[in-house]
Formats: sequence, C-alpha cells, structure tokens
Amino acid sequence: MSARLISTDVLVIGGGLAGERCAIEAAAAGHDVLVLSVVPPRRSHSCAAQGGMQAALGNCVKAEGDNPTLHFLDTVRGSDWGADQEVARIFADEAPVAVRELAHFGVPWTRVRGGRNSYFIRGERVDIDESLENDGLIMHRDFGGTAKWRACYAAAGTGHAALYAVDSEVVRLGITVRDRAEAVELIHDGSRCWGVAARCLRTGRHFAVVAKATVIATGGYGRIYGQYTTNATINEGMGAVLALNTGVVPLGNMEAVQFHPTALAPSGILVTEGCRGDGGFLLDKNMHRFMVDAEPEKQELASRDVVSRHMAQCMRDGNGIETPFGPHLWLDIRHLGEEHLTTKLREVFDICRDFVGLNPANDLIPVRPTQHYSMGGVRVNKDGQAYNMAGLFAAGEAACWDMHGFNRLGGNSLAETIVAGRLVGRRVAEFVTTTSLDVQTSRAFETVKRAEQRAQHWLERSGSGPGVYDIRDAMAESMMSEVGIFRTADELTQADHTLSALLLDCDNAVLRSKAPGMNPELSFALRLKGMLRLAVVTARGALARTESRGAHFRTDYPLRNDAEWLNRTVVRWSDDSTQPTFSYEPVGLIDVPPGHRGYGSDERIEMKRTIEDYNGGLQEDQADHGRLPTTEPAGSRIRWGEWADQT
Amino acid sequence: MTGSNAGKLRRLHFEIFRYNPEDPDSVPHMQSFELDEAPYMSLFIALNQIRETQDPSLQFDFACRSAICGSCGMMVNGRPNLGCRTLTSDLPEIIRLHPLPVFKLIGDLSVDTGTWFRQMAEKSEAWVHAAKVFNPDAQEERMDDDLAEAIYEGDRCIECGCCIASCGVANLNTDFAGPAGLNRIARFMMDPRDSRDETDWFEVISNEDGVFGCLGMMACHDVCPKELPLLEVYAYLRRKALASRFSGRKRS
Repeated sequence: MSARLISTDVLVIGGGLAGERCAIEAAAAGHDVLVLSVVPPRRSHSCAAQGGMQAALGNCVKAEGDNPTLHFLDTVRGSDWGADQEVARIFADEAPVAVRELAHFGVPWTRVRGGRNSYFIRGERVDIDESLENDGLIMHRDFGGTAKWRACYAAAGTGHAALYAVDSEVVRLGITVRDRAEAVELIHDGSRCWGVAARCLRTGRHFAVVAKATVIATGGYGRIYGQYTTNATINEGMGAVLALNTGVVPLGNMEAVQFHPTALAPSGILVTEGCRGDGGFLLDKNMHRFMVDAEPEKQELASRDVVSRHMAQCMRDGNGIETPFGPHLWLDIRHLGEEHLTTKLREVFDICRDFVGLNPANDLIPVRPTQHYSMGGVRVNKDGQAYNMAGLFAAGEAACWDMHGFNRLGGNSLAETIVAGRLVGRRVAEFVTTTSLDVQTSRAFETVKRAEQRAQHWLERSGSGPGVYDIRDAMAESMMSEVGIFRTADELTQADHTLSALLLDCDNAVLRSKAPGMNPELSFALRLKGMLRLAVVTARGALARTESRGAHFRTDYPLRNDAEWLNRTVVRWSDDSTQPTFSYEPVGLIDVPPGHRGYGSDERIEMKRTIEDYNGGLQEDQADHGRLPTTEPAGSRIRWGEWADQT
Repeated sequence: MTGSNAGKLRRLHFEIFRYNPEDPDSVPHMQSFELDEAPYMSLFIALNQIRETQDPSLQFDFACRSAICGSCGMMVNGRPNLGCRTLTSDLPEIIRLHPLPVFKLIGDLSVDTGTWFRQMAEKSEAWVHAAKVFNPDAQEERMDDDLAEAIYEGDRCIECGCCIASCGVANLNTDFAGPAGLNRIARFMMDPRDSRDETDWFEVISNEDGVFGCLGMMACHDVCPKELPLLEVYAYLRRKALASRFSGRKRS
C-alpha cells in the first residue's frame, strides 16, 4: 500500500489548548494549518483542568493591588528559581490579555458579585464586601503559592470551558483537524524539520504530512508513572519522544515532575487545588490539620511540591489512613457547604459521587499526592523554537519553555497553554511567511517506510518474550517507588538499572494480538520504547542532580544548591544510540536573584558567582547547547528590577 | 462503595460486541468474557483488564477516566453511559456492552463521535458570532454572574454522544441536531456576546431538524451523564422560536 502525502504550511501535533490556540494564530494570519490529534480535540487532556487559570486582573478584594509583576515574582519563586525569568515575565505580562481573549471566545468565566460575599480564608469564615464597581468582572479564587487571589475560573470546569471555546474558534476558522491520528517520527535532515510520519488510529495505516513548520503540543508524559498519575491515558509523552529520537533536539529538566497533593485515592483522579483555595483542609488520621504546623503562613496553600512532601512525610510517619490500596489522607471541604460545592466546585462534587460514592458536603475525601505535571519537555527558546532544529516548535506542557522551572504553580499551566499558543503561533506564522516548502518527498516517504517497518517488525516477532503491558507495569512501579516525591541515590540507581533492563526487554517483547487495523496492543507497543526512554532520562537526570529544587527532592541532598545547580538539565538521545548525553545550561537571564520562596525550607547553598557574571556568559553558553536566534534579542522583555518595588 | 451490589464481589460475565471493519474475516458478533470483580471496579478498569489479560485486540476508547473528556460513551445493558463512571457494583453480574448507535463504528466499542460533533458544530455555527473584534487593551466586558452560571450550565456538555444514542429521532433522522446539538444552540443563544438575532436562530431551530423534530420522549434527559437540564433547554428553544415567529424583533 502506498503512503499518502499531505502538505500544509503549519502542522500542529496535538489538539489541546496550546496546540489549538497556536493553530488559530497561524490560521488567522492566513496560513494553511493542519492539526493532528490522537483523540477528537475536545477530548484532549486540557479538558480535565479544573480549578483555574492564573492572570493578574486584580478584580476582587483579595486580589486588590495585583499586577503582572507580582504574578512574575510568584512564578519565579514557585519555580524555585529554576525558571527562565524572561519567559516567566512574558507569561505574566500576557496572561491577562489571554484570559480576556477567552472571554471573547465565549468562556463563561465566573464573575464578581458586588456586595457581601462569604469566603473561607485560612480556616475562618470571612465576610467581604466586593465593590459594586467591579460587579460582573472576571472573579478570582485563591491558589497555592500566590500573593493574591489570581486564578480566573469557570466553576471547576475551567479547562473544559476554555477548550470548548478555543475549539469553537478552530471550527469557525475552518482549520482542518485530523483526529485519531498519531505523529510517530519527525521528517528532518538533522537541522531542519519538514513535518512527520503519522499513523491513523482508525485503520493503522501510515501517511506523511510535510509542512514548513511543525509544532509539538502533545502535553505531558505522566503515563510513564502508569496508573500513578492524574493524567489521561493519552499523556504518554509522545511529543517529547519525537524530539528525543532526532538525537539533536534536547529535552529540558525531565526530572522536574510535579506531584499534585490531592488526587482521589486510589483511582488517581484529580481533585482541584481550588478545594483548598476555597478554604478546604487537609487532615491526617487523627483529624489534625498538619499543614498548619508545617507551614504556619501559607498552610494548605503552600506550593504543590511543598504540600505534597508534607503529605508524603505525614503518611511515612504513620499518620495516614491505611487501606488495601495503600495509605491516604483526608481532604475536608464539608464546611464550604452544599451550595458552594454544587456550583463553584460542581465537578468535584460529581467526581466524589460517581467514583467513590460519597457526598463531600457530608463526607471526607480520600486523597494522596499523585504524579500530575511534567515541567520538563522539548527544550525551546522564548519563541517556542526547538533547540537545534529549524522549523520545529513546541508549546504548552510538551515544551520546556521554561516558565515553571522545578515547580509549577496551580493555574499557571492552563494560562501557559493560551499565552504560549498565542505567542508561538505568532512566531510560527512569521516563520512560514519567510520560508518555502523545500522538502524532498523521498525523505518523507523514507520516514513513513521506517515507521511501517517498525509496526511490521512488532507483528512479525513471535516467541515467548514478555508482554507490553507487563513491561509498562514494571516501569510504572519503578517510577512511582524510586523516582517519586522523595528521591535517593540508591533508589534512583536501582530505577536506572530496572528501566534500562526494561528497555532491552522491549526489543524482545511479543504481541499477543496480530489483528489488522489499528490494533490497540500494537498501538501501545509502538509507544512503549519511547516511554521507557523518557523514564530512563527522568531517572538519570534525577540521579545526577545532587540537590533539592522544587519538585525534585533528594533526601540525601536536601538543600537547594545555587552554587552548583542553578542550571537546566539538557539531554539528547538519538534512537540508534545506547546512552543519552546529559549537559547543563544556565536557567536564563536572572532578574530576581535566588532567595527564599516564602514557604518551604529557607536553608540553601548560596550561589558563588555574581548575577552579572552569571548573566554575562549566558548567551554563548545557551547557543552552544543549540538555542537558535530569537526574533527579539535576549532579555528584551525583562523589566529589570521592577519586582523590587513589590517586595 | 456504591451500588446495589456493594460489598459482595462476584464473578462477572461480560458479553461484548465485536467487529473489526479493517479485518476482512471479521463479522459482527458477541463475545463472552469472565472477570473477577474488584472493589470500586469501573468499566474502565474492567475493560482494560479484559484487554490486557484476555483479548488484546479489543477496541474501546477512554482518555481522562474521570467523566470529563466524553470518550467512553457505550451501551451498557442497553442504556448509554460513560464507561469510566459506571461501577460494576451498580450492574447485574451479566454485563452486555455495545457501541453507541448513530455514530460510525470504528471497531468493537469504539465509535466516531469526533466527526459527528464537528459536523454538528459547523452546521449550527456553534461559536460566538462576535459583533466586534477583540481589543487586547480593553477591560473584559461585564457579565452578571447568574448569567455566567446559566451559560456554563449549558457549556458543561462533554459531547459524549449518550443523548444522541438514546434519541429515537436522531437514530432515524441523520440531519436532526440531536439533544447535544440543541443544547449547544441554546448555549450560544443565551450568550449576549453572540450577535445572532432571533431571525437568524429561527433558520437553525424552527424545523424538523431542529427543536420541532423532538418527539418529547426525553430519554436524553434521563441518560445524560452530566445531568444537563435538557427538558428546560427544549422549552427555552421552543419559546424563543415562537417569540421570533410572532415578533421578528431583534434581540435586545
């Protein structure tokens, strides 16, 4: 069967918020855009984001005085200084416009109700009079690690409402979406990307898409933790694998993996941070609010990495509730009242009823920290342009842009999808305006042929080798138990051995089904090796980083070490090489010098270099790692020192 | 644990519709599987166990497994529901699973809802027809929070297709907007940001492919996993259709 070939100006891989917002920007500029998505776009995992989207509009009383500079500061602190501060600045500055634009697209944001409102703040019921002047503006709720109430929301279905609004724009603009189609290999020559080979998940047939620009927007890689994740089954990190397999495009900070404090136990379904933002408590088995002792200032609303560690420690100390599925803690939102729970937290109410058969107005919710977000991903410059590969871009969770550093604040990822989608879409549009589609189609067909051969190889292999689901389960157990919330050299070394062995097993694994068509077992098998490669670089990156920063916590190196580790892990691994190559680049230009986050430990190893020295050599250093030139010069968006007025 | 069978774990007997259109040797048939029930076992867990331990060729769709993505609509003992939120403890020990009708079959329990809903969105122009272009420098337009909540209520549809599958009209008339389609239209109709007036809407809804095609059997209302108030939605649409017929006025 001959491969089909499709051509387009812009190919977007992934139909979630980042990909579709990027597609809109390029299509609105007059370019031909094709979106490939493994599911119908409205089923992308963006739809599962619940609690909110951070943007400093400052519309309610508890948000008074908020501004993008405070948002920028919170984001840098949240990242434990691992973020690229210029990217965090661009993000915070553009988030308000992105949120208002979503209102224009139709998102029914929850609005300020002028007059007397009753809230729960730090465990107390508080009455606050919202000004009548702000009645009807976009409302905010509190989230972890922020100085002000900043999260804009639509009940607890913010991601769903945003995704439907953005996809409506995609339909309006007539953008072609090819759903149930999976990109499996980039078409490239080592320095220029020309699209992808893709596999149809209806028929199993392969085809080529050639494009002037290709955008990876495939979301995170949470499923390398198997069932121990809040992520959808489709978050298998395949965008990161596409980039890694080139051998030249690096991934950034793969060891930076976020654990969300409140996933439903044991299923791992997300329960939004908005529950704590709206006044919910965390309780141990003795009904004690342990977070008040641990973090007297922020209490339940410290950053996610900090809260998850305290929860994990609480359970290690024997204060969890023991069950056959392992221990958990309680989330208590009973005091918020049934009316609040069935309106502002409606999706949480439904999840509790449907999946554990309880009513959160009367019952405690069993929760435990669970893998949630991938700070790491395809390393890109501030334009979203991938390192070392012209014509390849990435946006959203799939990218390491890198505004989150080693810990993302709640509500910042939903905002990132839209801000990055707009900005990267603009850069993509500029790029395709000035380039032509000079691809050799033979290169495209060769890529398709390789992909077909990989599938054929799986179907032809027989014998008594291991099954793909057994390998997946072993990977998940290793990742959760050895590359989890608390990490040590011994466990990470063990994980490296286990995962490396599984990678070899993968070459001997055998399919139980040779069914023609999409064949679900084959579809998974084709992803398994890539997932294992991501797992290996995550474990090795964690082993090499002998410090604790954000979500990466080494019990054997408990301090943040700004003298040696104020840098970003960069890893390359071509698919024909046995070992990945690690290197380290500066995090980016530093405006806010490293300091205390305002929660968590205040102990750290101070940086030895001066900021001037750090910033001075940075451009060449990052260029050596493959960073391509940006449209605007480095540092152009930093507003040097403006943060100082806000502290 | 919920459900009428809470507490006692059973040997479950599944009968699952099988057909692979990509396999010339495949013919539609029912296949039986046995599975030991576990606490909190949903059809997401059960079907994955069957696929991973008994028949790896079994096709079905799940993504979020938390009843928000709408991927896993299927007929469960003759009634459409989301597989992920269906607990086996709520079902008898014989569980019959079929793909949703109306939608094109992809294989086994997997159907093509994406194409159906995209066509529906195109046909009803299910997007905000904004009267002005977005001004990035302006403060957001105000909206009363009660109205925002009302729009959100309709916006909660996850396009799982359960209502379409349950609808006698949608099963017979492929041009019928269907419950999800009508709900989508009502959602934009009540949104003041959408500039379409009642005469524009009249074209879309006041015919047998629109709200007057509904025979009022209301299975949609009973099966909707998000408990959308579809009865009220149709009443709203009929009222609007009549009002536009008599007044022909632009909406204020």
